[in-house]
Amino acid sequence: MAKDSTSIYYTEGLPVPETPAAGKAPKPWEQTDVIGKPWPRVDAYERVSGTAVYPSDILLPGMLYGAILTCPHPHARVRRVDTATAETMPGVRAVVGPETREADLPWSYRNVKSKIFPPVCRFEGEPVAAVAAETPFQAWDAARAIQVEYEILPHVSDERRALDANAPKIHDGGNKVKTETYSRGDVSKGFADADVVLEQHYRTEAELHTPLELHGCVANWDGDELTLWESTQGVYAVQSRVAETLGLPLAKVRVVGHYVGGGFGSKLRTSRYSIIAAVLARRSARPVKLFLPREETYLSMGNRPPSNMTLKAGVKKDGTLTALAFTCLGTGGAFPAGGTSLVDWQIRDLYRCPNISTECTDVYINAGPARPFRAPGHPQGSWALEQMMDALAEAIGMDPVALRLKNIPTVSQGRQGSPPYTTTGLEPCLTEGARQFGWAEARRSLGAAQHKGPIRRGVGMAASVWIVGGGGPPSTVIVKLFADGSANLNMGASDIGTGTKTIMAMVVAEELGLKPEMIRIEHADTGTTQYATPSGGSKTVPTEAPAVRDAAVQVKRQVLEMAADEMGLPVDDLAYEGAAVASRSRPDRRVPITGIEGLRKRGVVVGVGHRDPNPEGKSINPFCVQFCEVEVNTQTGEMRILRFLSANESGRVMNRMSFDSQVIGGITMGIGLAATEMRILDTEQTGKLVNRNWHDYKLPTALDVPADITSAPVEMPDAEANTTGAKGLGEPVTIPTAAAVANAVYHATGIRVTESPIHPLRLCSLLEQQTKEG
Amino acid sequence: MKKKQSIASDHRRGWSISRRGFLASAGTGAVAMAVSGRIFASPMGNKETAEMAPDVLSKITLHVNGHPHDLLVEPRWTLLHVLRETLGLTGTKEGCGRGECGACTVLINDIPRYACLTLAVEAEGAAVTTVEGLLDGETLGPVQSAFVEEDAFQCGYCTPGQIMSVEGLLRKNPDPSMDEIRMAVSGNLCRCGAYSHIFKAAASAAKNRRK
Ligand code: FES
Ligand code: FES
Repeated sequence: MAKDSTSIYYTEGLPVPETPAAGKAPKPWEQTDVIGKPWPRVDAYERVSGTAVYPSDILLPGMLYGAILTCPHPHARVRRVDTATAETMPGVRAVVGPETREADLPWSYRNVKSKIFPPVCRFEGEPVAAVAAETPFQAWDAARAIQVEYEILPHVSDERRALDANAPKIHDGGNKVKTETYSRGDVSKGFADADVVLEQHYRTEAELHTPLELHGCVANWDGDELTLWESTQGVYAVQSRVAETLGLPLAKVRVVGHYVGGGFGSKLRTSRYSIIAAVLARRSARPVKLFLPREETYLSMGNRPPSNMTLKAGVKKDGTLTALAFTCLGTGGAFPAGGTSLVDWQIRDLYRCPNISTECTDVYINAGPARPFRAPGHPQGSWALEQMMDALAEAIGMDPVALRLKNIPTVSQGRQGSPPYTTTGLEPCLTEGARQFGWAEARRSLGAAQHKGPIRRGVGMAASVWIVGGGGPPSTVIVKLFADGSANLNMGASDIGTGTKTIMAMVVAEELGLKPEMIRIEHADTGTTQYATPSGGSKTVPTEAPAVRDAAVQVKRQVLEMAADEMGLPVDDLAYEGAAVASRSRPDRRVPITGIEGLRKRGVVVGVGHRDPNPEGKSINPFCVQFCEVEVNTQTGEMRILRFLSANESGRVMNRMSFDSQVIGGITMGIGLAATEMRILDTEQTGKLVNRNWHDYKLPTALDVPADITSAPVEMPDAEANTTGAKGLGEPVTIPTAAAVANAVYHATGIRVTESPIHPLRLCSLLEQQTKEG
Repeated sequence: MKKKQSIASDHRRGWSISRRGFLASAGTGAVAMAVSGRIFASPMGNKETAEMAPDVLSKITLHVNGHPHDLLVEPRWTLLHVLRETLGLTGTKEGCGRGECGACTVLINDIPRYACLTLAVEAEGAAVTTVEGLLDGETLGPVQSAFVEEDAFQCGYCTPGQIMSVEGLLRKNPDPSMDEIRMAVSGNLCRCGAYSHIFKAAASAAKNRRK
C-alpha cells in the first residue's frame, strides 16, 4: 500500500480540474500540472532494461517454430507441392499447404478473394506451404525440402507499363483498379487568369516500412480457445480477422500485443502468417512462434506505393494561386490496396485555391500489396506540390514562405461543403518556424548564387496538412481507483512507440492529482482490456485521451458521491482535490481519499469512459511546416542535411518529451524518402525484388541525419476538437520533410530534383547536365 | 580443443549418442552438409570432420553477464538464438539475422558484436554482456538511465542494441566526440528515427560515467 499522500499525489497546493456534474462534459483544461510537461515514459524501464516482453520475445513451454515457404516468382501457378520429405525430417511436427485441408482457408484483399495458400501466386512472397518444428533451424531445413512445381506466368512489375495492351493480366478484369477524379471551380479559367503557369512531372519511389521488430506472432490453443501474441498496432483488428477466417467466436480468440517494435502502418492489417501460425499450432497441439525473416517482410508486409505525378499550377504576380491540375499514376501491388489513396490531398486542401482538378489512376502490378505507410499518399503529393510552390515563388520573385502565407485557407476546401477547421495553425507554423529557423537571413546568405566553390549550401521549406488527426469514437476505457489512492488504467489501444501509454497516464494523473508513476496500465489485450481501434492515422491520442479523461471523471464523481454520503453534505458542495475531498462552503470539512469508507469497503472504484463524437460540420486537422539546411558537394553528388526545424500545430502538446521524439522520428523517416530509400524491382527480367534487405535498401542511419533537429510546437489547444484539445502528430511530422530537402537542394545548386531519392548518382548526372547546359 | 559431444535430431527428447557413434550409424547421409570453421579443425582426422549433420549438438560453456551456462548447441546456432530462445535473455533483439541492423548487439570481451553473426560455439570462453547485464539488481546502468532521460527511443526495439553499442564505446573511450558517438551507433538502425536523442543520451551517459 502506498504509505502517505505525498508519495502518490503531486497536488500539494495545486488544483485538479473541476469535476463536471453528471451528464456534462468536462471543461477544457486551463492550467495543467502534468499535461504538456516533458515526462519520461512510464514504460521506459522495461524498454531499456530488456525486460519488456515483445511478441517476438514470448517463450512458452513446448513451443515450436514456424517457417513459411513462399513463392519465389512474381506470378506463378502452383502445380504441385510435395511435402513428403519435409514431413519426415528431424524435429518436424506439422506441415500445411495446398494439399492439406487448410488449403481452403479464405483470404482476401478488400473485395478480391484469394486463399491462404493461393493456387496462383500474384506476387513474390505469397505463402505456398508452412512447417512447424522444434527449432527454427529445423523448420527452415524442412521448408526448404518442400518440392514445388511452378508454372511461371508472365509478369508486369512496372506500374507505368501495367496498362499497356500487351501487359499480362493480373486479374480477370485487367490491371486497372480504378481512376478517381475530383474537381472544383473552373480550372481552365483559373489558368487563363494566372500570370505564370508552370507544369512539371514528379516521381517518388516505393518505400518499405521495415519496422525493427519482424512481423509475426506466437499462437497457442487451449482446446478451442486461441491466444495470439502478435506484433500489431491493433489487437482488436487482428482478433476480428482471425476469428472470421477460422470461423471462431470473437470470445474464443484472444490477441495480446503489449509491446510492438514499430509498425508505421504495416502492422495495422492482419496477415496470413497469423492464420498459418494458428493452424500449425492446432495440428501440432503445441504453441508455435512464427516470425517472418526480414527478406519476407520486404516482399509481403506492405509499402508506400510509387507515384508518378504531373502538376500544373497557375499563380498571379501577387502570389494568389489560381488553379492546380494534378494527375497521378500509382500502384498498390497485386491486389487492391490503395495505390494512389490520398496522394492528391495536399493539392486539394493545403492552400486556398478556387480551381482544382485531380485524377488518380491505381493499377495492379505483380508486387506485394501496399499497406498504409505513415501519412499514406501525403509525402508523395507534398513532393510535387511543395516543389511546385517553390518554383512558383521563384517565377514571380516572391519568398517561398510569403507565397504560402498569401494562400492560407480557413476552411477545408477539399471536403464536401468546405467545413471550417476547428483550429488552423498553418499561418503561425509558417511565421514562427521561419523566425526560429532564421529563414530570411539563411535564404539571403546561402544559396547557389552566393557560393562558387564545390561545396554549396542552401535552405528549403515545405508545409503540410494531415487529412485526419482528430480521432473519434469508438473507444472505451476503464480507470480503477484502489483503496490506497493509486490507480489502474485499462485500455485496448496499442502504444506503438509514440508514447501513448505515458500520455494516458498523464491524463489520469492530471485529473486525479496522482503522480503518473502511481498509475499502472493494462493495454492491448482483447481478453482483458476494452475495445479500441488500431493505433494509426495519428488518431490514438485524440481518440483515447478524451475517453481516459472521461473515465477519470467518472471515478471522481463516484468518490464525491460516497464522500457526500459519509460527510452528510450535498455533493455539489464538494470538490475533488486529489489527495482529499473538501467542502467548498466549510473549508474545515475534508476527508482524505484513502479515508473514504465506501472506497475502502468496495476495494476499488471503477470509472468507465467513452469517446464522444466530434463536432459536426467541422474539420479537425494538424498542420506542419518544416525548414532545413543542406550542403551539396557538387564534385561527388553527396548531400548532407545540416539542420532541420519542424513547426507543428497539433492542438495541445500532451507530453513535450514524446512530442519532440515524434518530430525527430518523422523527419528522420522523411529523410529516407528524400535521400536514401527506393524499392527496386527487376522489371526487365525476373520481376523480383532486388533489394530485400537493409544493406541494399538503405534506411537513414546515424550518419545520415542531422544532430540538430529542432521541434518548435505551435500550441493551440483545440477546445472544439475534444475534451483534451489534442490533435494527431505522428503523421504530419513526416509529410513535408522530403519536399523541404528537395527545395533546399535547389536553393543550394539550382538543380530541381523531381524524382526521389536524391542520391549521389542522380545528383551527379543532374550536375553534369547543368554544366553542359551552362 | 575440447572433445565435442553429439546428440542427433531432437535435443528436446534428450537422447544422446556420441559423435563417433552417430557418424557410424548415420553415415554421411542425405541431410549431411559440409561445415567448416575453427571448431571442426580438431586433430581427429579428415574423415570424421569433413561432414556432419546440421543438428548434431555440441556441449559448450557460455559466460553471459558473469554467469557460466553449460549448453548443448548445434554448431550452426547463432549466439543470438541461444541467448534469446535457450537462455531466455530476450533483451537482445533480432531485426534481420544477417548483420544489417544491430538490434542483436552484445559485448564480447567488451567489444560490440552482432550476436546474429556470431555462432554460439564461437563465443565459448569469451565474456558476453547483454543489455540485462548492465542492470545492477533492478537499477538501470548509466547508459540505460541516459536513454530514459533523453527519450532516446520510441518503440524500443533497436534500443538494447543501441545501448550496447554506446556501452562498448564508453568502455573504450570514456570521452567521445560527437563524430565518435555517431560512428559508434552507425551500425544500429533505428526505424523510429531516435538518432538525435541517442547522440544526446550517449553524450550524457559519458558525462555521468566520468563523474
Ligand atoms: S539481427 Fe543482428 S544485425 Fe540485425
Ligand atoms: S526505437 Fe524503434 S527502431 Fe529504434
